[in-house]
Amino acid sequence: MALEQTIETDSLTLPQAQQAGAVSRWVHRNAAILILAVLLLILPAVAGPFILDQIVGWTMILGMIALSLMFLCGYGGMVSLAQMTVAGVSGYMIAVFGPSSLPSISLFWPWWVAAPVAILIAVAFGTVVGALSARTEGIYTIMITLALATAFFYLTLQNWPIFNGFNGFTTIPAPHFLGVNWRAPIPFYYMVLFFAALSYAAVLYISRAPFGLALQGVRDNPRRMEAIGYNVTAHRVAAYAFAALIAAVGGILLVWQNNQISPYSVGVNAVINILVIAVVGGITHPIGAFIGAFIYVILHTFALDALVAVGLDGRRFQLLIGLGFVIIVLFSPDGIVGIWRRLRARARTSGGGNPL
Amino acid sequence: MSSIAERIAASGTSNAIELRGVTRYFGALAALTDITMSVRPGERRAVLGSNGAGKTTLLNCITGDFFPTFGTVRFFGEDVTTLPPHERIRRGLRRTYQISLLFSRLSVRDNVYLACRGVSRGRFSFIRTRARDAIMQSVEELIALVHLESVADRLVEELAHGQQRQLEIALALAGAPRFILFDEPAAGLSPAERRDLVAILTALPSHIGYIIIEHDMDVALRVVESVTMMHNGRIFKEGAPHEIQADPEVQELFLGSGHA
Repeated sequence: MALEQTIETDSLTLPQAQQAGAVSRWVHRNAAILILAVLLLILPAVAGPFILDQIVGWTMILGMIALSLMFLCGYGGMVSLAQMTVAGVSGYMIAVFGPSSLPSISLFWPWWVAAPVAILIAVAFGTVVGALSARTEGIYTIMITLALATAFFYLTLQNWPIFNGFNGFTTIPAPHFLGVNWRAPIPFYYMVLFFAALSYAAVLYISRAPFGLALQGVRDNPRRMEAIGYNVTAHRVAAYAFAALIAAVGGILLVWQNNQISPYSVGVNAVINILVIAVVGGITHPIGAFIGAFIYVILHTFALDALVAVGLDGRRFQLLIGLGFVIIVLFSPDGIVGIWRRLRARARTSGGGNPL
Repeated sequence: MSSIAERIAASGTSNAIELRGVTRYFGALAALTDITMSVRPGERRAVLGSNGAGKTTLLNCITGDFFPTFGTVRFFGEDVTTLPPHERIRRGLRRTYQISLLFSRLSVRDNVYLACRGVSRGRFSFIRTRARDAIMQSVEELIALVHLESVADRLVEELAHGQQRQLEIALALAGAPRFILFDEPAAGLSPAERRDLVAILTALPSHIGYIIIEHDMDVALRVVESVTMMHNGRIFKEGAPHEIQADPEVQELFLGSGHA
């Protein structure tokens, strides 16, 4: 009773103090992600181009593509293997509409036309994938999306007039504008950070907006969603469209980073890598996509050297990557995010805090 | 499909639910055979019968969970036989399920919120709902109506069975229902919870009619004005509760053996 009284007086006399309290609670709850944000913002001051580009930049780009799968799978219960393919479509389209080393195919449109058109086409493709798979569930969704991904891979491999067959495209420059060369390591890093943070924040925000909540309803019980007034199929297709937007932006960034795209960028290996990244990171929270991408990038970059250092054949680095993933998924089916949640829950209960 | 004006005009004079010759096969098995029944707006009807009599299939044909193999379903005069469920719900039909169909990994409040949002605009909105928005008022009212305030922030999978049944009912009362189908709402409830259920049903505004499937005669006959008895997928008898209870055939078939 006395406590209630105090709170009431506080809120009457000091609304600013209460607001400050809310802010500090928010900061406390999101401490980890805020520290990460600050570290990422100041990273260029301490890290060289290799770390910025090949480690953190690549992590964030792969993370975005995995995030689009996390959105579909974690919130919508739909395992789409075509998210890397959506990224590949926008990647190919930026090479077709923008500049490349192939004047016979590329249209050399300026980036501000080419990029939106590429994204639009990729989103349309992703929406069609959604429309084809929205009425299926579980393993059938996986099969349909895998079939579409494989079909696109063979299309790029065998089609020369648009996709230039197995050669693909090279020399696809990131734009220069506002007097900045956006392919220079630091500007490119900040551009990637901007889009990765934007996608992450958007997914997190939408997860509690009507669209995202309804998607989670569809995941838990599609039949009941119909019975409380939702068009489940339309909701699923819309989720594919939104996920495609994130993957499409990621796809363009990936092409600008690698300066090339070829059928193997959208092959079954690349498709499976995105699934592995999302699952290892944990599909129950958007941050999982980036954690998974970071682990993948670290293993991919250093496994070879690590193997050689202990006297093994460096060509077996894929084995090390595979083993790492098996171990993580074996110990935590919900990935690193799951391990993090369990550790935090344990710390809270043993710390004598609120047992709830 | 009829225009809104036609729909309003029709709803003034029509029955809330009108089934004509509704038949539903599962393979060779006829779960429903030639069901013709009508329920007036505001009427409260019990559908009784033994297990396998086709009661739940009947509700599924009315909501569109399954389409009838033959026959037509009209809702306030409009032919809804082939409309998907969500279109019928948006027209004011509601239902609960015999085995709770809830969103287990969302909180109680989110479950009720989804039901309220499902029958309003903004289902696809990317903008979060704020606590002071009007829809949250109805969410809190529904939660209070079924006495779930104390667990409003808990995940549904953590709730007790009785609480999940209460939530089932809250989901069916969202928005402005015109007619509700209750599929064994009292199943697994304690005596106290049954009393709450009866109170909720009798307190519904008089323009809201319902069909209730219920094995507990104490609950069923206290909250309805008419009864349809089903047997082997057919309508066996219709009448007022006291007529049905007094009917010798009914007594032999149902009350005699099943409720000795």
